[in-house]
Amino acid sequence: MATRDVEAGLLAHLSTNAEIADSRSFASSLGVPHKELEDVIKSLSAFRIVESADITKETWVLTDEAKGYAARGSPEVQLVAAIPPEGASKAALKEKLGDVVFDIGMKAAARNKWIGFEKGNKDLVLRKVEDTKDELQEQLKGLENGEAVAAKVIDDLKRRKLVTKEKTIWYSLKKGPEFVLKRKTLATDVTREHLKSGDWKDLEFKDYNYGALGQPIATGSVNPLLEVRGNIENIFIEMGFVEMPTNMFVESSFWNFDALFQPQQHPARDSHDTFFLKAPATTTQLPNDYLEKVKQIHQSGGYGSKGYGYDWKRDEAEKNLLRTHTTAVSARMLYKLAQEKPFAPKRYYSIDRVFRNEAVDRTHLAEFHQIEGLICDYGLTLGDLKGVLEDFFSRLGMSQLRFKPAYNPYTEPSMEIFSYHDGLKKWVEIGNSGMFRPEMLLPMGLPEGVNVIAWGLSLERPTMILYGIDNIRDLFGPKVDFNLIKNSPMCRLGM
Amino acid sequence: MPTVSVGRDRLFAALGRVYTQEEFEKLCFDFGIELDDVTTEKAIIRKEKHLEDDGQADGDEEVIYKIEVAANRYDLLCLEGIARSLRIFIGTEATPVFKLSSVPNGSMLQMHVKKETSQIRPYIVCAVLRGVTFDEVRYNSFIDLQDKLHQNICRKRTLVAIGTHDLDTLQGPFSYEALPPQEINFVPLKQERHFTADKLMDFYRSDMKLKKFLHIIENSPEFPVIYDSNRTVLSLPPIINGAHSAITLKTRNVFIECTATDLTKANIVLNTMVAMFSEYCENKFEIEPVEVISYDGSKAIYPDLSCYKMEASISEILGRIGISLDETQVISLLNKMQLQAELCPSKGEPRISVSVPPTRSDVLHACDLAEDVAIAYGYNNVPKSKPKSMTIGGRQPLNRFSDKIRAEVTRAGYMEVLTFVLTSYEENFDMINRKDDGNKAVIIANPRTSEFEVVRTSLMSCLLKTLKHNIDHPRPIKIFEVGDVVALDTSRDVGASNNRRLAALYCSSNSGFEEIMGLVDRIVKIVRAPHITFSHPYYVETSEPEFFTKRQCKIVTSDGKQVGYLGIVHAEVLRKFGIPDPCTFVEIDLEALL
Repeated sequence: MATRDVEAGLLAHLSTNAEIADSRSFASSLGVPHKELEDVIKSLSAFRIVESADITKETWVLTDEAKGYAARGSPEVQLVAAIPPEGASKAALKEKLGDVVFDIGMKAAARNKWIGFEKGNKDLVLRKVEDTKDELQEQLKGLENGEAVAAKVIDDLKRRKLVTKEKTIWYSLKKGPEFVLKRKTLATDVTREHLKSGDWKDLEFKDYNYGALGQPIATGSVNPLLEVRGNIENIFIEMGFVEMPTNMFVESSFWNFDALFQPQQHPARDSHDTFFLKAPATTTQLPNDYLEKVKQIHQSGGYGSKGYGYDWKRDEAEKNLLRTHTTAVSARMLYKLAQEKPFAPKRYYSIDRVFRNEAVDRTHLAEFHQIEGLICDYGLTLGDLKGVLEDFFSRLGMSQLRFKPAYNPYTEPSMEIFSYHDGLKKWVEIGNSGMFRPEMLLPMGLPEGVNVIAWGLSLERPTMILYGIDNIRDLFGPKVDFNLIKNSPMCRLGM
Repeated sequence: MPTVSVGRDRLFAALGRVYTQEEFEKLCFDFGIELDDVTTEKAIIRKEKHLEDDGQADGDEEVIYKIEVAANRYDLLCLEGIARSLRIFIGTEATPVFKLSSVPNGSMLQMHVKKETSQIRPYIVCAVLRGVTFDEVRYNSFIDLQDKLHQNICRKRTLVAIGTHDLDTLQGPFSYEALPPQEINFVPLKQERHFTADKLMDFYRSDMKLKKFLHIIENSPEFPVIYDSNRTVLSLPPIINGAHSAITLKTRNVFIECTATDLTKANIVLNTMVAMFSEYCENKFEIEPVEVISYDGSKAIYPDLSCYKMEASISEILGRIGISLDETQVISLLNKMQLQAELCPSKGEPRISVSVPPTRSDVLHACDLAEDVAIAYGYNNVPKSKPKSMTIGGRQPLNRFSDKIRAEVTRAGYMEVLTFVLTSYEENFDMINRKDDGNKAVIIANPRTSEFEVVRTSLMSCLLKTLKHNIDHPRPIKIFEVGDVVALDTSRDVGASNNRRLAALYCSSNSGFEEIMGLVDRIVKIVRAPHITFSHPYYVETSEPEFFTKRQCKIVTSDGKQVGYLGIVHAEVLRKFGIPDPCTFVEIDLEALL
């Protein structure tokens, strides 16, 4: 009988009879082994189509040895039956009955005085009774048929290792809350077949384990640091800033320092802080007229400044280096802007690499990204700078700003920017800002009255704070953490 | 930024009131200095000696404030200067007026400068502090200030070196000379025997503090030296003073000399010294001048304590800040920053005349006055405003193009890495079987470590190194980077130019040669434009040592220009990087595809 039919029979029976008291007898009425019915019961119970109650019983079952005795008789009876009227030799009996039955049978038969021996010949076994009553066989057969057996007998059989205890389970059954006469097959997926055949109408899904994750997908991923760069770029563009071309890592000291009115003895120009170059060691092409003005302003001042009063050297300005800030590019852009007539206001930004000859650790790298923004126009003020910084940083999620006086050779006034950090519960420095000095702008040829407000910060620091990363080398450099790159959330800055 | 350590209680005594740390931090923030750390002498000693236990360290439990000051404010490098500036800032004191004491005719101390000094260290300026009262704290501050000046404006004594002496042990006039080292013989400070200068240099070669200054003069045939009229050596600048004239707590009259290669800075240094410590003179803020007589007969009197006079219109000052105040308000704000100011008699727009004292050498231009007024007004009180100009935003075409390529390669399933431009010479060449022909790479002159020897000329070693560090990642590993390499380029003013590259690396149990080709095919497909064309086949076999032969090629446009290359990375290269699995690498010049 197919499982399906067993299930159908069971459900049909239950629908009319409300109850099945004993699954064992029901199995025999269907003519299937109880085990087969049991599988059906378990499956139906799981879906609460039927409700089952366990019935358990401990029964004594025959061992393999005992089953043999039940079929063929006890060893002693077998032994007696094997002895012909003239008697038989032990060897012949042993051969006929096998060692075990012979040994046990000899002992029991002798005890029952069913056998005897010829005088003087211990080898010839004689039968002393005609009829033997096989009690053991009767007991074993009774047990096999589920008849009640006296406790004393059980003890005896147990001692002879002829019975063991076994637990049997069967069930009583009634309708469950989800009872149906015919159960639907539960689907795990929708297939083309379902759609084609129209089966989808009766489709019922198996419960889904929503605790399990989906199939991992093969995907590419972007570097989180560059994600943040992209979002900050968008903020600049929204605010009307145009990007500066910063794809030039090699720069001359002239554009990196001198043009910014940074004196030649300034500590930043030490080899401790700056990567100077062996090749190409120097820059030979510098705009001579402008260079002359830069020299003048450093040496002896001008444009209302007293200058630094030192002997400015062209050699020092020609020394090549890896730019220490993108402000070198800003200087080139402002110089270029100054040559364009008439003057037009500009907003410039850049985010690119800068280089410092510094020891590398968890938060400092020898190369990192500088974010820089500047506005060039007539009449800009420190108040304008504060206003622009508020616009910019509030888009980065930092709306509470404070400003601290600071020093920077090419800006005056100079302001360090602090933001209140809710997590750290304190003010943290987030960037630097200021107004470019006239000593920088006027030698370039920018008109009097044109001011430049500017600010800068690193890309790495806000990114570390944003992603809660305490080692920048997880994001930047050969030791990047692939799993971090793969699993980082999207950057929502400025959204 | 320099950091100055001052005793908190001394500082508060000098400020005339006690502050909570929070209050003091606020004052610092407004003035533009920063309370960097709060510690004790004991804790500092413990830290220096790496002691754990409380009991082991000597030293005071007095609370020390470490204050960070602006690098151009030499007048804030000692407690006296910080306290004075803050007192003036909060208005409890007026800016002191420094003056030279009147010395009877013919009795002014003289310093004669010999011609030979012009070859080695040409300038000297001097001054005398009379009737100084030192105690231990003042004395230490006096020594510390010299240290701080030496570290900062003096550029580790190369530009200026300071010598201070007990004038009562000496006999003027003095002479500043340059002599062969073996002719200079004296007992240096902290020593008990005579040294000739050449022997002394050898002696100091093992001195942790002094050995770093020896280079300033050691290659000169003649060393600078200062004598008094009895040929007592005052100092061998910029290395060491003589023991004879050492100042002590009992010293009353201090002779200060500053030798220099930069006269402007020598004056700033001397002025800073006397401006700070004339506070402890019998006649407060009065300094005795010294006449410096050059070998050519020219004479000059130092210190030059004259104020630098500036004039600026109100709008020059306030226009930069974006606030409106009247002249008296501006003047009183300037006063808080030690700048004496008065209204100029003029018609038209009001102008202010400002006297910048010798302590404020940082003031160069009217924009510095604007900053000082803004600080005194309070940066955080300046109203925010918005620039009025309308401008249009935009990006660099190369960067937009790079971003589009990055997005495409990411869509193709590659992970973006970000590597350093600086690398070692070995990684850039030898490890990828490449030879340096000497005319490609930008070479660093002063690398701190071998990691920073050269600017990368290719992204290949960068990606291999990154792969190596993540070698346990599940295969296949597909990484890429869009970044700049730099090559020597004589057509540029600086002699080098960047080039934007795309590089990708595939690594698995097989080489992924065709995977990488598939990526290139995709790139070729999307960069097509009227001016960028490819015709089949655009792969042309090559034979480079970094790849296996017959599994490498270049990528060429239809006009035959090479825009990239790819190949199965040579086993030798993989071995050098410690990569056990096969890899294919591609590198493409994005600027050529723009």
